[in-house]
Amino acid sequence: MADAVPFGSIVLVSAVLFVMGILGVMIRRSALVIFMSIELMLNAANLVFVGAARSTGSMDGQMFAFFVMAVAAAEAAVGLAIIIAIFRRRRSTDVDLMSALKW
Amino acid sequence: MVSMLWLIPVLPLLGFVVLGALGLAGLRLPRALVSSVACGSVALAFALSVSCVATLAGMPEHHRQIVVTAADWIPPLGLSWSFLLDPLSSVMILVVTGVGLLIHIYSIGYMWEDEGYWRYFAYLNLFMAMMLTLVLGASLPLLFVGWEGVGLCSYLLIGFYYTKTDCADAGRKAFIVNRIGDALFVTGMLLAYVTFGNAFGIIEILQRGPDVAATSPGVVLAITLLLFGGACGKSAQLPLYVWLPDAMAGPTPVSALIHAATMVTAGVYMVCRMSPLYVLAPATLATIAAIGALTALMAALIAMAQDDIKKVLAYSTISQLGYMFLAAGVGAFGSAIFHLTTHAFFKALLFLGSGAVIHALHGEQDMQKMGGLRRHLPKTFLAFAAGWIAIAGVPLTSGFFSKDEILYKVFLSSPGLWAAGFVGAIMTAIYMTRLMSLTFLGPSRTHHERPHDAPPTMMIALGTLAVLSLTAGFGAGPLERWLEPVLAASPDTVVPRGAEPHEGPEMLLMILSSLAALGGIGLGYYLWVTRPGLPDRIASRLSGLYRAVKGKLYVDEFYDAVILQPFYALCRFLSGLDLKAVDGLVNGTGAALETSGHVLKLFHSGFVRNYALLYLVGAAAIVWYLVL
Repeated sequence: MADAVPFGSIVLVSAVLFVMGILGVMIRRSALVIFMSIELMLNAANLVFVGAARSTGSMDGQMFAFFVMAVAAAEAAVGLAIIIAIFRRRRSTDVDLMSALKW
Repeated sequence: MVSMLWLIPVLPLLGFVVLGALGLAGLRLPRALVSSVACGSVALAFALSVSCVATLAGMPEHHRQIVVTAADWIPPLGLSWSFLLDPLSSVMILVVTGVGLLIHIYSIGYMWEDEGYWRYFAYLNLFMAMMLTLVLGASLPLLFVGWEGVGLCSYLLIGFYYTKTDCADAGRKAFIVNRIGDALFVTGMLLAYVTFGNAFGIIEILQRGPDVAATSPGVVLAITLLLFGGACGKSAQLPLYVWLPDAMAGPTPVSALIHAATMVTAGVYMVCRMSPLYVLAPATLATIAAIGALTALMAALIAMAQDDIKKVLAYSTISQLGYMFLAAGVGAFGSAIFHLTTHAFFKALLFLGSGAVIHALHGEQDMQKMGGLRRHLPKTFLAFAAGWIAIAGVPLTSGFFSKDEILYKVFLSSPGLWAAGFVGAIMTAIYMTRLMSLTFLGPSRTHHERPHDAPPTMMIALGTLAVLSLTAGFGAGPLERWLEPVLAASPDTVVPRGAEPHEGPEMLLMILSSLAALGGIGLGYYLWVTRPGLPDRIASRLSGLYRAVKGKLYVDEFYDAVILQPFYALCRFLSGLDLKAVDGLVNGTGAALETSGHVLKLFHSGFVRNYALLYLVGAAAIVWYLVL
């Protein structure tokens, strides 16, 4: 059971997930989808944490995964609130239309 | 009474403080009160001087040296407010307070209409205080306090009409040119302090002089030359004389008091005061004699072609100061002081007389616009004529005795210098006769209606000085004996003390001097009264020379080109350095930050995905750096 899935495969899957997240952030314009892509990247990181914890037999990685989940939950709450607020004002969540914060 | 010696400079100082404080407080005192405070303080100082000198005269000849210490000044340096009364300073305080008092009295009438009446008298009193400090100071630093103080008053009074640019400029010029001399003086003073075993006192320095000169003659040479450099500035000798002609921008009594009778003779006084040190440095004495002779000739030449009555007198003053230094340079210190005294009388008289003329003509100073004033100003004419024959050296006047004595002593030392002095004497007679002719004789060229003599306060001073100018010459013998214990006899001078073995040349020289004076006057009279067209024809024949002399030999222009313009160029260069290099560094820092800000702001597009991209690149770069 210990070596059912090799650590290398786990890292590979998480890398694929992470790159998907990056591409989502870079390419999509909807704030909501970008948000979801960020969640994807966070979970890719979680996957590596947990996989590493399992392969080394230490609990540190699992602990980090819990932290990331907690932070992601908080971030989701705040982020969604902001997106909703912006949507109420502009009737759109297109991030390219939200470029007022610059020099 | 002698213990009150310190009061002599303090009395006029009190006058200055009272007048200055009340004036600054805005109290406009009645003019009569201002003049009585000013003249009263000087009169008291004069009376006190007379009584102190009388006490001094009552002492045995070789004990005539009184030092009165009023208070401590700088104890670590052994300096105190000490005043030295000996035959030399006694002559000076009598001249300064006496002539000063007469000029104060004259000023009452001359300045009556002026707005700055109190300011004028406050400055004049301060000047008296400083001049007396200079003369009585028992140490070089105290002498220097007076030295700088009179320089300050000179500056203030030249620039008295400070709203006129000319006057303010002339004041600054005098101040700055004097600074050059004063820097030399301070250097000499400090060198003396170090050389003479940390001594500032004049008596100590003079006592230790021979010992120091025996071991290190070079240092004594340097000290005497440096001190003489200071004298060159204060007494308007080559090459630092250029400020004195411009100093005539001040009120005329100031020209008489400061720029003829007293302050400008401070250099001569200082050299005589230090004479035992000067005779230890023969090279310095030779320099002094040469500069004196050259100055006397050059200034007399320039005086021949000036049209401003005060300018003529200013150059004449420079020339006469040259004679004093010529005398000091050949070791005839007594003759220098004697000429200083007679010059104080007749030159103050001439200046006050010219003041009376200018007063009568409502400020006109151009002699070409005067003429024939003898009829309108008979009393002024008489007084002025006394000064004129005195300075020209007509026999039996004071100027004759003092100048003849100088020429005689110079002849014994160096016939070449005598020739220069003799030519100068002829020129003196000529330019003074020219001044006299253009002003008082000949046809009137003035457009002023009925000029008239000045008020009595002014005429009293003129009359007294006229009498002194005519008669002071007879004091030569007593003055010489009186001064003998303080002044050094030059080792080079062929004149043994007390003896008069050169009866023959003395008589001959005296006759020559008389002929020079009378000949010069005759020639001047012929040129400017008998044949008034002739000088112009001569001038046009020698137009190059005439223009050069009229243009004051272009010395000011020369200094401008050689000293001022390079100095300005240096200033412009340094100013450029400051504006470009120093300011450039400061401004460049700001500009660099601003530019980098402009570049960096381009990254702030406001598009979230741009930021994400940059974030990605940054993260990639960090990973790349950590992994590799």
